[in-house]
Amino acid sequence: MSTQQITPTPEKAPPQAPSLAAPKHRRQLPIYSWAILALLLVLAYDALFSPAMFSIRFEHGRLYGSLIDVLHRGTPVMLLSLGMTAVIATGGIDLSVGSIMAISAGLSALLLTANDVATGAPITPHSAALAILAGLAAGLLAGMWNGFLVSFLGIQPIIATLILMIAGRGIAQLITDSKIPNFHNATFEFLSNGSFLALPFTISLAILMTALAVLLTRATALGLFIESIGNNAAASEIVGINTKLVRFMAYAFTGLCAGLAGLLAASDIRAGDVFKTGVNIELDTIVAVAIGGTSLVGGRFSIAGSIIGAITMQLLKTTIISSSIPPECNLVIEAAVVIIICLLQSPRTRTTLKRIFSKTQ
Amino acid sequence: MQKRVLAIAQNPVFSTAVVCIILYLVAGFTSAHFFSTRVAVNLLQDNAYLGIVAVGVTFVILTGGIDLSVGAIIGWTTIALASMITTHHVHPYLAMAIILAVTTINGAILGSLIHFFAIPPFLMTLAGLFLYRGWALLISTSTISIDHPAFNPLSDTLLKLHTGSGNVPLRLGIFVLLAAFAIAAILTRFTAYGRSLFAIGGSENSALLMGLPVARNKTLVYAISGCFAGIAGIVATTRSAAGDALSANGLELDAIAVAVVGGTLLTGGVGGILGTLIGLLIFGIIQTVVNFHSLDAAWTRIAIGTLLLSFILLQKLLRLSRTSRQSP
Repeated sequence: MSTQQITPTPEKAPPQAPSLAAPKHRRQLPIYSWAILALLLVLAYDALFSPAMFSIRFEHGRLYGSLIDVLHRGTPVMLLSLGMTAVIATGGIDLSVGSIMAISAGLSALLLTANDVATGAPITPHSAALAILAGLAAGLLAGMWNGFLVSFLGIQPIIATLILMIAGRGIAQLITDSKIPNFHNATFEFLSNGSFLALPFTISLAILMTALAVLLTRATALGLFIESIGNNAAASEIVGINTKLVRFMAYAFTGLCAGLAGLLAASDIRAGDVFKTGVNIELDTIVAVAIGGTSLVGGRFSIAGSIIGAITMQLLKTTIISSSIPPECNLVIEAAVVIIICLLQSPRTRTTLKRIFSKTQ
Repeated sequence: MQKRVLAIAQNPVFSTAVVCIILYLVAGFTSAHFFSTRVAVNLLQDNAYLGIVAVGVTFVILTGGIDLSVGAIIGWTTIALASMITTHHVHPYLAMAIILAVTTINGAILGSLIHFFAIPPFLMTLAGLFLYRGWALLISTSTISIDHPAFNPLSDTLLKLHTGSGNVPLRLGIFVLLAAFAIAAILTRFTAYGRSLFAIGGSENSALLMGLPVARNKTLVYAISGCFAGIAGIVATTRSAAGDALSANGLELDAIAVAVVGGTLLTGGVGGILGTLIGLLIFGIIQTVVNFHSLDAAWTRIAIGTLLLSFILLQKLLRLSRTSRQSP
């Protein structure tokens, strides 16, 4: 459902840097072709072996079904991949998204809880609006911190975000006093459990944020700036792009997305689990972005691809759980996917393949 | 003379050592019973497997790469070792040899893929992380304990250090840790192989043009990291006498933090094993202080994050002051 709404948008995108060099008479495939192929492959497997995946029914004014659930469960990674795509396209990486999620989840849950975490005495919970704002603000602030370290202090992205990845979960634990605050708040729970237009509300959120990201990067020159920095930061600086500000914005946006994903995680379980929220999610996100065709060394990106990548990953997980394959295989299959994608993206593989094909002709 | 003093002061290992000593003194004067042989020994002993892993990771970082698979290797090693000994009745020593062969060869495969297909090391070793964790969970999702006459002595105290305040038990981990540091220090400092790692980390193209065997040495680095992670896994298994597929989750980042705090630059080409040892000591001191004052474990993570940040800023300042002196 959401893929259909998302994919057409980047078609209007200005020609990307690599395609400029391509011969004009041959139309290049979009860079997310591999992602679509992977998605179709998993769907074909489902159609053959577990057709029950495709059943969708209408109950209590909402659609239910495995495919709807895939989109719903995939929302956190989709949201994170929006920011991660921009960060990776500038040649960076953000390892801290899982910890930022934990901070946002812990903080919002703490504001909503009806009992004092330390003493257990009843207190008046704050409003849902305040909790949501606090979670988003915490995420944005954390993202701005990452952006500050990377663009203004010039620290390598992997190590700059590693700092917050390690310290962030500690901060989240301090906020909630190493406890898991539970809450009951109908408005806040609507974020993850409510439905809107017969679909889970999370899907609307994902579409909204994706539209925002696409608008920001493709309706303005920001997307080209990001790709330019990823290709050659020094040259971009010389032609007058404010590389520091663009980089800073990419990390800040990722932080905001992580804050939102943390709110969804808290809303989903009605608690702010600072220990488990977002553990290893940065890896899933990076894999989703890689599948989507975004170059991991920077300089080329596709938001639609990342969204398709995130959906593919979630579909793969759901397929494994619903089929007879033991769920422990999940990680091994993910590893195989990463290795295959890496090999396909490698320029050496492409030149080798080209040589083989030109020989056979 | 003044120049030499300046050069020593600007060595990242020197600043790390100074910070380590200051931390140790501050910790000692603020926590009762901190200055004792037992605490000093346990700084290393409690983090033995982290230290062994950090040695392997230092090799990789010196060449400008990174290895994220080491934590998962430890998890896999503990469960594979336990399952081989307890379920399949393989002799412990044979099982250990098999484990080390697997992790070393896998490391070499990952390394050669990274080199020959020019894949970012970050991603390839991430795939390694998934692979080992998945494999470990396929072996067993529950913990398996080990009880074997040839294995049990390794879990016990090997030696007792006699001090004024009583005996300090020494386990297998600390001996393996010290041996690992000694071998690695000799390998990086005094062999052609070790020096080539610095050359590759400094500039891979220049190293290639100098005629250094870049492909072989880069592949070897990941094999070494895999081997050390396997050894660390065995040490971890002897400590708990059980295998757990999910153990050492996230350890790879702690290991990187230890190496970086020890003055090894993530861009490659600068650093050393001695720094990693000091980094491990700093890590241990922070952990011990947090335990001594029964603070929330969250403080350990925040302290390590803060320390990581301050070291990187310090290194940046040192490099800035050096380039500004050289340029005119």
